[in-house]
Amino acid sequence: MSVLFILIGFSLLLSLSFLIAFLWASKKGQFDDTYTPSVRILFDDIKDEKKENNNDRMENF
Amino acid sequence: MPTIKTTKDIICIHCGEKCPNGSISIENKYFCCNGCKFVYKLLHENNLGSYYKIEDKPGIKVSDKLYDNHFAYLDNEKISGKLLDFSNKEISIVTLIIPQIHCSSCIWLLENLQKLHSAVISSRVQFLKKELSITFKHNKTSLRSLIELLASIGYEPQISLDDYNIETKRKKGSSLIVRVAVAGFCFANIMLFSFPEYLSSDGFLSENFAKFFGYLNLLLSIPVFLFSASIYFKSAYFGLKQKIINMDVPISLGILILFVRSVYEIISSSGPGYFDSFTGLVFFLLIGKLFQQKTYESLSFDSDYKSYFPISIIKLTNQSEEIVPVTDLKQGDTILVRNNELIPADSRLLSSHASIDYSFVTGESAPIEKATDDKIYAGGKQLGGIIQLEVLKNVSQSYITKLWNDANFSAPSTKSLSNIANRFSKYFTISVVSIAFAAAFVWMLLDPSQAIFVGISVLIIACPCALALSTPITLGSVQRILGRNKLFFKESDTIEKLANITHILFDKTGTLTKSKSSSIKYYGKELSDDNMSYIRSLVHQSTHPLSVKLYEHLPTNITYNIEKFQELPNKGISGFIHNIEVKVGSASFCGNTSETDKKDILESRVHVSIDSLYFGYFKISAEYRDGLIQLASQLSTKYKISILSGDNQSELATLKNMFPKAESFHFQMSPMDKLLHVKELQKNGDKVLMFGDGLNDAGALKQADIGIAVTENMSSFSPASDGIIAGEKLAYTYTYMRFSNIAISIILVSFGISILYNIFGLGFAVMGLLSPLLAAVLMPISSLTVVGFAVISTKIAARRLGI
Repeated sequence: MSVLFILIGFSLLLSLSFLIAFLWASKKGQFDDTYTPSVRILFDDIKDEKKENNNDRMENF
Repeated sequence: MPTIKTTKDIICIHCGEKCPNGSISIENKYFCCNGCKFVYKLLHENNLGSYYKIEDKPGIKVSDKLYDNHFAYLDNEKISGKLLDFSNKEISIVTLIIPQIHCSSCIWLLENLQKLHSAVISSRVQFLKKELSITFKHNKTSLRSLIELLASIGYEPQISLDDYNIETKRKKGSSLIVRVAVAGFCFANIMLFSFPEYLSSDGFLSENFAKFFGYLNLLLSIPVFLFSASIYFKSAYFGLKQKIINMDVPISLGILILFVRSVYEIISSSGPGYFDSFTGLVFFLLIGKLFQQKTYESLSFDSDYKSYFPISIIKLTNQSEEIVPVTDLKQGDTILVRNNELIPADSRLLSSHASIDYSFVTGESAPIEKATDDKIYAGGKQLGGIIQLEVLKNVSQSYITKLWNDANFSAPSTKSLSNIANRFSKYFTISVVSIAFAAAFVWMLLDPSQAIFVGISVLIIACPCALALSTPITLGSVQRILGRNKLFFKESDTIEKLANITHILFDKTGTLTKSKSSSIKYYGKELSDDNMSYIRSLVHQSTHPLSVKLYEHLPTNITYNIEKFQELPNKGISGFIHNIEVKVGSASFCGNTSETDKKDILESRVHVSIDSLYFGYFKISAEYRDGLIQLASQLSTKYKISILSGDNQSELATLKNMFPKAESFHFQMSPMDKLLHVKELQKNGDKVLMFGDGLNDAGALKQADIGIAVTENMSSFSPASDGIIAGEKLAYTYTYMRFSNIAISIILVSFGISILYNIFGLGFAVMGLLSPLLAAVLMPISSLTVVGFAVISTKIAARRLGI
């Protein structure tokens, strides 16, 4: 049964690493802005845009 | 009124406004003005066309009325240095507030700024705060050209005197979330380690394990005790220092005893301790606090004149112009103020005339004409040409800004200690402590060895967790519901104060009246459609607020070219269309000699003559908000109402009609008069709620028990206040106040529920039967029922009231 001591130690260490990760993230400002990233991720890459735009422009001008 | 002719409207692809005609276009895309067309072209040339694909018509109408050297002050190193967040040899970082940010297209464009300007390394938008931070190479470009670029595409940053004071910038966010995280982590682990103890019948858990888990729990609870819970100890200490038993006193007492008792049990090996209850309690309490801490990032509740005043001004010295920070202005300096710029200090007019818009101070946008030697108060905006002024007082000593030097403003706002939970906690603490002593005394007689255990059990179980949670949770949800209805409170405590209000004060201009829209009526000979188009085309040339209003009002769509356009200050505007002279302005200017010019704050008349023939006049008067009569009759059943106005008595009759039961009407009140009036009422025992809008109400808003700023546009200036309400929602004030009253009843009922639980728990405690398991079960159940009750009943109340 004494293996339990080690396992408990590991479980505590594991959860402690989560806590540290959270504290680090909040210190780095990960929770400062909870809205803009949700919009940002949906934007297409601007390089793909370029080709499409050139086609558009040829039609338009 | 002539009938309105409608043609199919062409909508500008950039900003979505109506195009006056179809003349400005690129291929089959139409624009309302050349400004919009310019931005469209610029973006397309830089492969930024997706701006128009992400959202429909995302653009902002570009006002092309800025001077070329509008941002010249940014070349002044002293000023630009204050604006930069960071700067080294190569790069600089600047954070700007851009109120125009409103959609995802804005984010996309502003974050691709490097496509428009090669010196930009990266740019980031914080949408909710409407902030843009730009990293750029400062040897390749200047801050000025960067900001000019932003302004040219419609995103002109708001730079004010506030930015000049570094200290007020960047307040570090509180560490409440970190406290919650630590408490949550420890709570969850302690629960895990306590589980064997819950399940074990006697002796199943070996001695070794029990000890091991016990010490582990003790270790884990130390950060909760020292770090997470410390805010309660601090608050209780400050409360006791002021001889007030606030809610945090019984909480601190509870957690202190829980912790000490548990530590004792572990060290003496006499039991498993109550660490699970202890950490759970702190965790739940902190979550309640977090819930209450709803902040509206894009609103500023603390803005004073500094958020609106310009950062710099042009000073004339020996015929040369110099840009200086406004804080450096001294009495006797000569300053130059251009169109649409704000006058930063009380001054004397040196030029022959000026047209001053005091809308920021009084809420009224019709400009006031001034002549040489007239005194002009700080806060006015010059409309028209460039004027010269002599500074009479320092910026901080001016008529309006002086208010902030008043003792009321420097005194720290005392947080309400008389709130319902604190009043309640006094009786609660006293009764719990006496029950604990009584129980201990009785047990002393029966079984002395149990006496201390019983007394402590009473204190442990009676810890007012549910009690302390119900207030923040209820007020927090009320604050959210009101926020959805565009009434934003800085702190949720205000809702409780709202329930005790006895006297409501309204400012008139800008609060009861709409500051933007106004009613326009035409009196005189009938105007043909052509004539209306003439007038409309003419007024389009002028930036005078009355012209703008008239332009928006007239229904035609045809725009003519104006030749020989003239704008004569104090008189009016004139121009020729197909050799027909059109004049719009004062009566005498338009050739009407019989009518004297009526100048009044609430009503302006704009006269019209076409081809030297006098036609008639437009009466432009401030419009009262909708629903005020109903609001007045609702409010007068419960509250005293007064009107405080800075204007003259001309509207007394209308106001009396609207507020038949009002206590009093006061006119020609200076900002200081308003403040003193509020004080006077408070001396007589009234709890005052003040509605105001301009800077002239700032003193009264601050002095009042609750000051609520009324605003048309959430991103525009509103003076320091406890709350901000959207103008169109003012008519619902009565409903919101009823809702707050209901919220207080909900809190009282929650108190009742938590007392029932306490009686139940105390029963066990007094009998000496309190086990850690019972405490650990009872505490969350009571908290959850109270929280659930509070949240659900506020939702139901809101739905019943239709908000």
